[in-house]
Amino acid sequence: MPTDVENWKSEVYGNEIREHLFRFAEEGFETIPDDERDAWFERFKWWGLYHQRNGQEGYFMMRIGTPNGVLEPGQLRVVGEIADEYARGPGTNPIFGDAYADYTTRQAIQLHWIELSDVPDIFEKMEKHGLTTQQACGDSWRNIVGNPVAGKDGQEVIDAWPVIRDLNETFKGDEDHSNLPRKWKVSVTGSADGSGQGDINDLAFEPAYKEIEGEDVVGFNVRVGGGLARNEPRFARDIDVWVSPDRVSDVAGGLSALFRDNGDREDRYNARIKFLVDEWGAEEVRETLQDEYVDFELHTAGRDVREEYTYNTGEGERNDLVGVHEQRDGKYFVGLNVLVGRMGADDVLELADLAEEYGSGEVRLSQRQNVIVTDVPESELDDFLEEDLLEHYSPEPSPFMRGSIACTGTEFCSLSIVETKNRQVRFARWLKENVDLPEDVEEFHIHLSGCTASCAQPQIADVSLRGMKTRKDGEAVEALDVGLGGGLGDEPQFARWVTQRVPVDEVPGALANLIDSFAEAREAGESFRAFVARHDDEELDEFVDPEETDYEDPMMHNTKMTWYPYAEDDSMDAKPPAPADD
Amino acid sequence: MTTRLRILDDGAWLSVDDSRRVSVSELWRLDAPGFCECDLADMVVENFLETGVDGRTVQVRVYGQCIVCGTKSTTGWIPVGRIVDGEFVDIDREGVLRVTDDKEEAKSSG
Ligand code: HEM
Ligand code: SF4
Ligand SMILES: [Zn+2]
Repeated sequence: MPTDVENWKSEVYGNEIREHLFRFAEEGFETIPDDERDAWFERFKWWGLYHQRNGQEGYFMMRIGTPNGVLEPGQLRVVGEIADEYARGPGTNPIFGDAYADYTTRQAIQLHWIELSDVPDIFEKMEKHGLTTQQACGDSWRNIVGNPVAGKDGQEVIDAWPVIRDLNETFKGDEDHSNLPRKWKVSVTGSADGSGQGDINDLAFEPAYKEIEGEDVVGFNVRVGGGLARNEPRFARDIDVWVSPDRVSDVAGGLSALFRDNGDREDRYNARIKFLVDEWGAEEVRETLQDEYVDFELHTAGRDVREEYTYNTGEGERNDLVGVHEQRDGKYFVGLNVLVGRMGADDVLELADLAEEYGSGEVRLSQRQNVIVTDVPESELDDFLEEDLLEHYSPEPSPFMRGSIACTGTEFCSLSIVETKNRQVRFARWLKENVDLPEDVEEFHIHLSGCTASCAQPQIADVSLRGMKTRKDGEAVEALDVGLGGGLGDEPQFARWVTQRVPVDEVPGALANLIDSFAEAREAGESFRAFVARHDDEELDEFVDPEETDYEDPMMHNTKMTWYPYAEDDSMDAKPPAPADD
Repeated sequence: MTTRLRILDDGAWLSVDDSRRVSVSELWRLDAPGFCECDLADMVVENFLETGVDGRTVQVRVYGQCIVCGTKSTTGWIPVGRIVDGEFVDIDREGVLRVTDDKEEAKSSG
C-alpha cells in the first residue's frame, strides 16, 4: 500500500504546490485546513520550506539550493538582506544572535524562523536575482553538489560547471522527475581532489579518462547509491559506466527515471536508491539503465583519478578548500572558515561587500560549511587578507575551528536528539585553548550530528559525534556516541563507533585524552586515520577515556523538550503562538 | 469519527489528527522483556516506525536504544496516548510503559 505521503504527492506535487503555498500565505497560516496540515507541510518541502520542530509551530526553515554552491555576483547580498529582514523569530541564539544564515554540508543555505506570510515577498526578491528554493527539500532532484571552484580550480581534470548548470536547468521543475520515491542527491566533480564527495550521494559523476577511437577523452565514471542516513551508510557503487560530458544529462535522467519507476514507494525507510542497489546489485542497475532508460550504447568505466583524491581523506594536502589558492587564470580563491557554517546576517552583508570590492562579487560554498571568495587578483590579496572580517572567518584557522562541522540539532530540527551547533562552537573553543595536536598535524575533522540522519556527515570525519542520551548521577543528560577514523578518498572508510553514550560535558576531556594517546603512540608522521586503522575497537575505546574538565555544558538537560533551548523560559508551555498574519 | 494517525518526517514524530503529539528523543522506561536484558529498559526513542490503535489506546512501534545495556532494536507496541471523546490524551510517559510484544494484538489502522 502506498504511504500517506505518496497519496498526497499523487494529488498535488511539484511546481503546482506553489500556487497553494501563495494562497495560504495570502489568506493566513490558520487557513490551512486542520485536517490537511500534514499533507501541506509535506508538500511545502518541495519548495524548500520545512516546518520547524514541535514548539515552533508556524515557523519554517527555508533552504535555498545553490547549484554547486555557486552564488553569482550580488546573490550573497540578497541572502544577507533576506536573512536580516525575514529570518528573525521569537528566539535569540546566545552565540549567533537574531538573524543568521547557515551554509550546509550540501552547499546550500538555510534560514530559520520564516513565516508563511512572507514567502511570496521572499520568493519575488530571490527570483529577481536568480535564486530559488525550488526542490531544495522534498522527493526530487536536490541542488547538485561538486567541487565548488569548478571552472576556476588549478587542479581540474575537466570543468564540471557547464555540466552542472545544464543538469540544474534540465531537472529543476521537470515534471517527469519532480515526484521521485525519495530525495535524489547528485554530485558532479571535475577536479582530481575528490571535493565533490560523490561517494556519499545517490548519483555521482567523477572525472575519468576513456580511450575512444585511440584518443584519451575526459569524461565521468558513474557511481550510484551512496548515502549516510539511518545507521545504513553506503558508499556509492561503481556501475561500470563512463560517459562523455555531452551525455551526462541522458545518463543522469535515465537513472533518475529508473529510480522513479523502481524505488520503493511503500516504505519510505527503504526508498533511497542505495537500497535498490543493495537489492539489485550494480550489474542489474547497469543492465536496466542500458535496456530501458538510454538509447545509446553505454561505455564501460574509464580510468579514474581516485588515487589523487585528498578532500576529507584525513591525510595529505587539501582536505578542505580553506586558505589562499591560485586559480587557473592566475587570480586567487580564498576559502574562509565559517565555524559550524553559521554566519550572522550583518557578516553575510559585509562579506558580500568584500567579495565585490576585492573579487568579482561571486562567492561559493563548500561541503565543509565554508565560504570561498573567488577571483581575487594577486594585487588585491594582501589588502583582502587584512580585512577585520577575516579575523573571525579565517583563511588560516586553528585545526579545531577548521575541522568542525555541525548540523541543525534540537534548536530547530524534529529528528534531533541533542543540541549541536552551539555545542560544537563551545567544544572547538575549548579544544583550541586546551589541546595541542602533534605539530605536523594541521587538520583534524570533528563532525557532530544530532541524530542518525547524519546531516553533518559524521561517518567521514576523524572523530564522529552523534546525538544520544545517558544517565549521569541518575539524571537523564544529553550524550554523544564517538566514532573514529572515517574519511573519503580512493578507499573511503566509515568511522567505527567505538565509545557509546559519553555525557556531553565529558566529551572535550575524552577528545583531549584521545589526542594525547594519539600523540604518544603514533608512528612518525602517521595520520590520525592510519593510527585508528591499526588499532582495534577496544584499544580505541580506551584512548577515548571520557573525563570531566573545566568545560561546562549549559545544555545538559533534554533540550528537545524545550520550545527553544536558549529561551529564558524554555518550557513547552511558554512556546510562542503561531505567527499571525501581518 | 476516525482518528488520523501518522508517522512523519522520517520517523521524527507521531501525528494525531494533523498535530504533532509525540517526538523522538523522549526517554521511556519499558517493561519489555523482548527488547533487552534489563528488567526495565531505559530507552531513547530514535525513530517512530508504525502506529495503530487498540481500542482507544494509541500505540507505536519504535526504533531505539537502551541506555543501560546499549541494545539497539525495534520494539513491540507501546501505548503513548488514548483517544477520549475524539481527542488525543497523553499517557504519562514518565512512568513504566508496558510493551505488547505480539504484533498481531494491535490493529494497525487509523
Ligand atoms: C530542519 C532541519 C533538518 C531536517 C528536519 C533534516 C532532515 C533530514 C532527514 C530526515 C535526513 C535523512 C534522510 C534520508 O533518510 O535520506 C537527513 C539527511 C541529511 N541531511 Fe538533513 N535535515 C535537516 C537539516 C539539514 C542540514 C542543516 C543539512 C546540511 C546541509 C542537511 C543535509 C543532510 C545530509 C547531508 C543528510 C545525509 C543524507 C544521506 O547522505 O543519506 N540536513 N536530513
Ligand atoms: S542530523 Fe538529525 S538532528 Fe541533525 S539536522 Fe539532520 S536530522 Fe536534524
Ligand atoms: Zn537494556
